[in-house]
Amino acid sequence: MRAFSYEKPASPAEAATAASRNPEAKFIAGGTNLLDLMKLEIEAPTHLIDVNGLGLDTIEPTQEGGLRIGALVRNTTLAADQRVRRDYAVLSRALLSGASGQLRNRATTAGNLLQRTRCPYFYDTAQPCNKRQPGSGCSALGGFSRQLGVVGTSDACIATHPSDMAVAMRVLDATVETVKPDASTRTIPLGDLHRLPGDSPHLETVLEKGELITAVTLPKPAGGTQIYRKVRDRASYAFALISVAAIVQRDGSGRVAIGGVAPKPWRVEKAEAELPRGAKAAASALFADARPTHENAFKLPLVERTLDAVLAQARS
Amino acid sequence: MVAAGACAALPAMPGAARAQPVSRGEPVTASVSMSVNGENRTLQLDTRTTLLDALREHLHLTGTKKGCDHGQCGACTVIVDGQRINSCLTLAIMNQGVQVTTIEGLGTVDDLHPMQEAFVKHDGFQCGYCTPGQICSSVAVLDEIKAGIPSHVTADLTAPMAVSEAEIRERLSGNICRCGAYSNIVAAVSDVAGRQG
Ligand SMILES: Cc1cc2nc3c(=O)[nH]c(=O)nc-3n(C[C@H](O)[C@H](O)[C@H](O)COP(=O)(O)OP(=O)(O)OC[C@H]3O[C@@H](n4cnc5c(N)ncnc54)[C@H](O)[C@@H]3O)c2cc1C
Ligand code: SF4
Repeated sequence: MRAFSYEKPASPAEAATAASRNPEAKFIAGGTNLLDLMKLEIEAPTHLIDVNGLGLDTIEPTQEGGLRIGALVRNTTLAADQRVRRDYAVLSRALLSGASGQLRNRATTAGNLLQRTRCPYFYDTAQPCNKRQPGSGCSALGGFSRQLGVVGTSDACIATHPSDMAVAMRVLDATVETVKPDASTRTIPLGDLHRLPGDSPHLETVLEKGELITAVTLPKPAGGTQIYRKVRDRASYAFALISVAAIVQRDGSGRVAIGGVAPKPWRVEKAEAELPRGAKAAASALFADARPTHENAFKLPLVERTLDAVLAQARS
Repeated sequence: MVAAGACAALPAMPGAARAQPVSRGEPVTASVSMSVNGENRTLQLDTRTTLLDALREHLHLTGTKKGCDHGQCGACTVIVDGQRINSCLTLAIMNQGVQVTTIEGLGTVDDLHPMQEAFVKHDGFQCGYCTPGQICSSVAVLDEIKAGIPSHVTADLTAPMAVSEAEIRERLSGNICRCGAYSNIVAAVSDVAGRQG
């Protein structure tokens, strides 16, 4: 691990300013992704800004009848919150399907959204990877790509975003609140937070240098039957091969977001219009532009069948 | 290919204590105080030192084990302010003022914690390397169920929590046992849960 200096600011604005002062600074929250990557020197900040202790760790009701989740709320706390369990069950379920009890006790809302890909070549510093080292090439194209993306990918990168939580937040129409170093704030719809890779896969979000996530806001409860179904190689403690987050209403209408298939939670308006017609119609709209590799083409029928099971569960 | 099991090199330990960063790339040290197994400890550490390395290398509490050093195996599990965490994925300096309980703090050879006793009784280990992490995790798991925290296998998110074999297995999935002592670990934890009522 490279050496770094460390500070623990007292307010979100101070944290953002501190980050803008040093181009090699990084925020650290739970540390469960950043420290892992720092040990491998995939991340090598020379300054760490500890954002624990900024008072961003509460879950408050909003005037609109929703919930405002502080950026530092731990994954365990969020999953266990009675309001989330009752009104946003898909979010509790997604969180509980991710990582382990130990990790969820530390992992935070913002850190989870900004965790980096689990592409094995991104982790292997001996291999070319455009995300880790821009311009070096993509080892996954033509390599082992079973776990990687099938849609929204590019010739430069086919990595997926690994978060379960983000998929549920996407289907719930969450928005992300931030503060910038100049103290201005903005609200970003969750669907706009992550960029598609195009020819610059190292740029993963629309956040600017020093921009700090302060909260994630959920609109008022969407009702319906809320389901998160994760398909993985082990029954527990594994990243998703694919996952389906769905909110299905009595009349068969609903919303659906897919995890494990794209560089961001994958949600397509047209597919939702097809939901009442069933999984096949919805899946073909979701994957109209899919470009799977021969190793991960199985993800397309897997999503369709999982969605079918989810819709059946919602009806029963 | 993935870093599973690959131990990153130990960070270089500081020579003389320095308060401020000097120049880029040079080690930086900082002071941290925490309560470890009920005793107040203050350490001057390289900022890179994980809580795990602070416990093992600086406080010589070698009960807590380093397995993968990447949060994947759970051997480094300790209890911080009542919650189990992977001590390899948190920096010591981020843990200013916390209360840490390690396996040494749960019980001693002459005065075993009920969970330690149950692991012995049910043969919940073979080589023993993952055991301190398993036991710290198990103690915290029962507290989590008591506190009403749901898990992936909890059927009804709004009903009261109950201990079951499925719950114990799911909640302990972050602790890997290469000897495969899982059945006996589950028996040990169920035993303690039953006695706690
Ligand atoms: C073994 C293992 C298994 C896992 N399995 C799963 C899984 O199945 N599903 C899943 O979804 N996840 C899984 N995870 C990932 C885990 O969920 C993430 O590591 C965690 O959510 C990251 O949160 P953190 O607070 O620890 O982030 P950190 O590591 O502290 O930070 C991550 C990134 O976010 C940035 N950041 C943090 N807070 C802010 C902020 N407020 N504003 C701006 N930037 C910020 C940091 O600078 C850093 O770049 C797993 C992790 C491990 C180690
Ligand atoms: S898919 Fe993306 S992350 Fe993986 S090797 Fe290619 S460029 Fe790197």
